[in-house]
Amino acid sequence: MPSKLSGAATIVGVSEAEIGWDTTLSVAEIMSLAAHRAADDAGLSIRDIDAVFAVTPYFWMSSVTLAEQLGIQPKYTDSTNLGGCSFVSHLGHALSALATGRCEVALIAYASTQRSDGGKLVTGADNLPYEVPYGFQHPISAYALAAQRHMHEFGTTREQLARVTVTASQWAALNPAALKREPVSVEEVCQSPLISDPLRKLDCCLITNGGGAVIVTTKERAKKLGRKSVRVLGAGESHSHRYGAAMRSFTTTAAVASGKDAYEMAGLGPGDIDVVQIYDAFTINVILGLEDLGFCKKGEGGLLVDKGIGPGSKLPVNTSGGGLRYCHPGMFGIYLIIEAVRQLRREAGARQVDKPRHALIHGIGGVLSGHATAILGT
Amino acid sequence: MEETVNRPCPEVRGTGEKYWVSGRNGTLSIPQCDTCGKTHWYPRSYCPHCDAKTLKWIACSGKGVIHTFTVARQSGHKYFKTKVPYVIAMVTLAEGPLMMTNIVDCDVEAVRIGAPVSVIFEDITDSISVPLFKLDTESVL
Repeated sequence: MPSKLSGAATIVGVSEAEIGWDTTLSVAEIMSLAAHRAADDAGLSIRDIDAVFAVTPYFWMSSVTLAEQLGIQPKYTDSTNLGGCSFVSHLGHALSALATGRCEVALIAYASTQRSDGGKLVTGADNLPYEVPYGFQHPISAYALAAQRHMHEFGTTREQLARVTVTASQWAALNPAALKREPVSVEEVCQSPLISDPLRKLDCCLITNGGGAVIVTTKERAKKLGRKSVRVLGAGESHSHRYGAAMRSFTTTAAVASGKDAYEMAGLGPGDIDVVQIYDAFTINVILGLEDLGFCKKGEGGLLVDKGIGPGSKLPVNTSGGGLRYCHPGMFGIYLIIEAVRQLRREAGARQVDKPRHALIHGIGGVLSGHATAILGT
Repeated sequence: MEETVNRPCPEVRGTGEKYWVSGRNGTLSIPQCDTCGKTHWYPRSYCPHCDAKTLKWIACSGKGVIHTFTVARQSGHKYFKTKVPYVIAMVTLAEGPLMMTNIVDCDVEAVRIGAPVSVIFEDITDSISVPLFKLDTESVL
């Protein structure tokens, strides 16, 4: 049985902006551009927005900076930072705010110019003193520690990790907006330079610029707009640790908890999901996510990837090409929502999944720290 | 003359000061809770298992087992770029908790999950020493 909150929020507009290798716009301007396009998509004006959700490492008070850029004074504001999954978390927060009448039209937005700013991950991440003397590298070290342990405990293979990137490249080939559209082979991934064992260069997401925005409103307001809308059926969030050194499991994440809450709110289970978006900052994320969200047993994520999560498969995962091949401006969560909405509206062109009814999106933030899950439906 | 670049020094303010300083005397010390009996790493001012304030410091044996590790092959850090490839590991201490460290003085290709390790210390200031670990058997090569 779905909970009373299920469906209390409806996504009516989505847009990305300035995804690419170079830009002449500032971070605030890219967020603004994405917000205007998303509002256009919804058939709403920026003036209709009364709640702002945003986070980017560039601004100390991101939602406040964004509202100023847009020239609006919202009555609900949220700059919650759970790392790259924040926007999926914002979606759940927006649902609560809409359900309780605190606002009527919520904007969720992100942007980064990290590619133009030197081509490295721009992050405000601080270090735990107990990591500082050991050369812990945010964020890859933690994901590498997890991948190594997963391979040891469950026999996950180097090739299975590689197949996550290979699959992402198959999806990206179908996405005209993807920045890396050429096919990649298992051999190419396995022969790419080692960065942090067992992770190699092609196990890692891209480093690009880009922004994105999502507009969410109440059921009633959505109905009046008369556009193709997508309902937020379930949401959950959790975090198990902040720092890599404080991780207590390297094979099971707080996705178990966030997923359970999202499924319960929606009254759905993994078997009801037609298309999945999991934040793939590194290949191991997809394997951990598929397991922790119940698409297979713990330890069998690699086998599920072998079975197929690409175009034409029973369980299509990361249909945009993901952070590995589509784009990755630092905090990818916003694009998980955008792609799921495009799939459910059946606007995904060559990569369109066959008549999807339910999409699951799962964001991962920090060093496998923050987790946010949402289930969307037509 | 080239400036010597040292291993980065952690901020020691708080409960952890005792942790770093005890290393200077060659002891790995961690907190143990008098109420629930559990140990933890990294040191906190309340027990993260049962919330009690009743923590005491215990001297560890310095023995542990590698739970997981990664070999950092590149670094942009002025000290660590002189150390690549280096091993970042999580070690399960004999006393219970997992801790982050480097596995040093070995061929990085010889490091394995499950390998027994022992603590050594590297002095980084007059008052602070950093616990590092080395493989127990040199013969694993």
